[in-house]
Amino acid sequence: MNSETRIRAAPDAPVALPPMIAPMIAPMIAVVGYPNAGKTSLFNALTGTRQKVGNYPGVTVERKAGRYTLPSGGSVELVDLPGCYSLTPRSPDEAVTRDTLLGRQDGERTPTALLIVADATNLPSHLRFALELKRLGIPAVMALNRVDMAARDGLLLDVPALSAALGIPVIETVAVRRRGLEALAKALEQVVANPHTAAAATDPSADPRALSREARALAKSATLAEGESRKTSRTLDRIALHPVVGPLLLAGILFFMFQAVFTWAEAPMGWIESGIAWLQSLADASLPEGFLKSLAIDGILAGVGSVIVFLPQILILFAFILLLEGSGYMVRAAFLVDKLMARVGLNGGAFIPLLSSFACAIPGIMATRTIADPKDRLTTILIAPLMTCSARLPVYAVIIAAFIPATRIWGPIRLQGLVLFCLYACGILGAMAAAWVLRRTVTKGPAPTFLMEMPAWQWPSLRDTGVGLWLRASAFLKRAGSIILGVTIALWVLASYPKPPEGATAPAIDYSIAGQIGTALEPIFRPIGFNREISIALIPGMAAREVAVSALGTVYSLQATPDDPGGLVDRLRSSWSLPTALAFLAWFVFAPQCLSTLAVARRETNSWRWPAFMFSYLFAMAYVFAGLTYWTARALLSGG
Amino acid sequence: MANTLDSLPTGVPASISGFSTLAPDVLQRLLELGFDEGVRVEKLHAAPFGGDPLAVKVGSTTVALRRALASAILIA
Repeated sequence: MNSETRIRAAPDAPVALPPMIAPMIAPMIAVVGYPNAGKTSLFNALTGTRQKVGNYPGVTVERKAGRYTLPSGGSVELVDLPGCYSLTPRSPDEAVTRDTLLGRQDGERTPTALLIVADATNLPSHLRFALELKRLGIPAVMALNRVDMAARDGLLLDVPALSAALGIPVIETVAVRRRGLEALAKALEQVVANPHTAAAATDPSADPRALSREARALAKSATLAEGESRKTSRTLDRIALHPVVGPLLLAGILFFMFQAVFTWAEAPMGWIESGIAWLQSLADASLPEGFLKSLAIDGILAGVGSVIVFLPQILILFAFILLLEGSGYMVRAAFLVDKLMARVGLNGGAFIPLLSSFACAIPGIMATRTIADPKDRLTTILIAPLMTCSARLPVYAVIIAAFIPATRIWGPIRLQGLVLFCLYACGILGAMAAAWVLRRTVTKGPAPTFLMEMPAWQWPSLRDTGVGLWLRASAFLKRAGSIILGVTIALWVLASYPKPPEGATAPAIDYSIAGQIGTALEPIFRPIGFNREISIALIPGMAAREVAVSALGTVYSLQATPDDPGGLVDRLRSSWSLPTALAFLAWFVFAPQCLSTLAVARRETNSWRWPAFMFSYLFAMAYVFAGLTYWTARALLSGG
Repeated sequence: MANTLDSLPTGVPASISGFSTLAPDVLQRLLELGFDEGVRVEKLHAAPFGGDPLAVKVGSTTVALRRALASAILIA
């Protein structure tokens, strides 16, 4: 089926925008559709990596915009609006979409035109939203996406009839294969050039039932042949949702994911480490002795380097999450765990925010906006920091490398990977226990429900995964270049000044401000086995967790004497006991989250009350469990 | 006889005949996901650990929902 020629109304009309004003007031086209319509894939296909991710003022909803060049050379701004099911918002995300479309969104223009993305394999539901959008009177083009999957199922659609009935151009696309983009570009050009062609806005409120019926009738009239709906998908679901195979598969996928994070990252991490060592030797050779040299080598390179080195692990974890999301597995996983979540008063919908929190609690907490029930959402926000975020990986990685032998246990499973798996499991169990208590005390409320569309399975697109990884990697490196660099320099200053007096015997750090703060905090942390260096490192670890490692790196590097040139791992091994190391790991399983997490929680809950509560309960949990670990390990080691 | 979606055996298609009393926003979300009177439904899967939630084919799509909500959807 090819509808390109049939839909173009006036193929000869010159539609170039006036070149003088185009760059100043590039028309804005809003991309709208259901959450699983393939909106973001289409947006990625059109804009590539020319994307800007920002925030709408006052809310933490992400604003994704990109520049797109029309065939005539004119340029438009594409804005990927949050996916939603109707113009009746149920979450802050959906409110942004509605307000933008109605021209009421703070910091956003009214769209010149809409690019409505509809899934060809689920036409009745998606048409319902399209009809609702049409009532706004904004000129629109519909991308009828996933036509390849529809064809595979034997579904045959009369696209010209659909276009005529809707009164807008309908272009068949396969966003993940870049199919139909040229025809789409031409249709968008037409709409932007003739913005007055739209029908006048009518009363935008519509009876939801009447809309549903109109959409179904329309879908029926545009369907030439009914296919066997989602044949392949249903076969895959029989495996993935099987009562026995399903949970085993999920456990296997998660276990494989965490093993891969450790083993695949080994080589690239080695390259980064040697790169940093090379830079350090370069700085050592070229910089004069003194303040600048120490700052560059011991401060910046040692500190930032010990964080950058974890980029491969973070990227591998994100790649898995993006692939699982892109394939449609994530919703299946939510389905499988819903009952377990229900036991602690949550719902399967919390699974996706919580799994995102394994990468970082910030996108995780932001993803809770899709949870409709406020109490349910608050509980998920409060426990999100207990999911082991990738910022904790650096901490785990260093301690595991230093204290846990790389013994092979069985097949590809090593003791180090197993310990890592246990740490993740502890976080999850802690989160479940916390949710259970919270739902019975501070976030008591009606039982939440679980209602979610299951998208068809599909091959995740390499481009979408690539774009997603690129956005994450650049965000991480920006963080490393800003917060982490700043904290590292501040810590280096605190740890270097004041200088020790003449003839001092103890290490220089003992006389510095950081040393004094550490000494002051030490009595608090000594009962749980922490030494002064750890007490010093915990403070900057609040800015961003991974900084705890760079802080240890800085503290131990400054403390080192010239005849002890070993790396951080060797230093830790020689100065920490095993119970201390285990207690440190336990601390970080529950550790009070970083400042950015608290800031996001404040924005999302609109008060300091909940972030303060979150900080206190996590601190108490971390303290108790680190202490238990320390004393248990000591008793066992001295007994054996 | 008023049967409800949660009691429908797996793999037996049926047609939605109505809804029992539901909050307006819940009903609207159901409509948005494709549930409506006259639409064909079929139970596809029940989740492990107690058979809740359910995965239900509604028209041309699949929706996951808990048994409690499915019991408010009447079928014939």
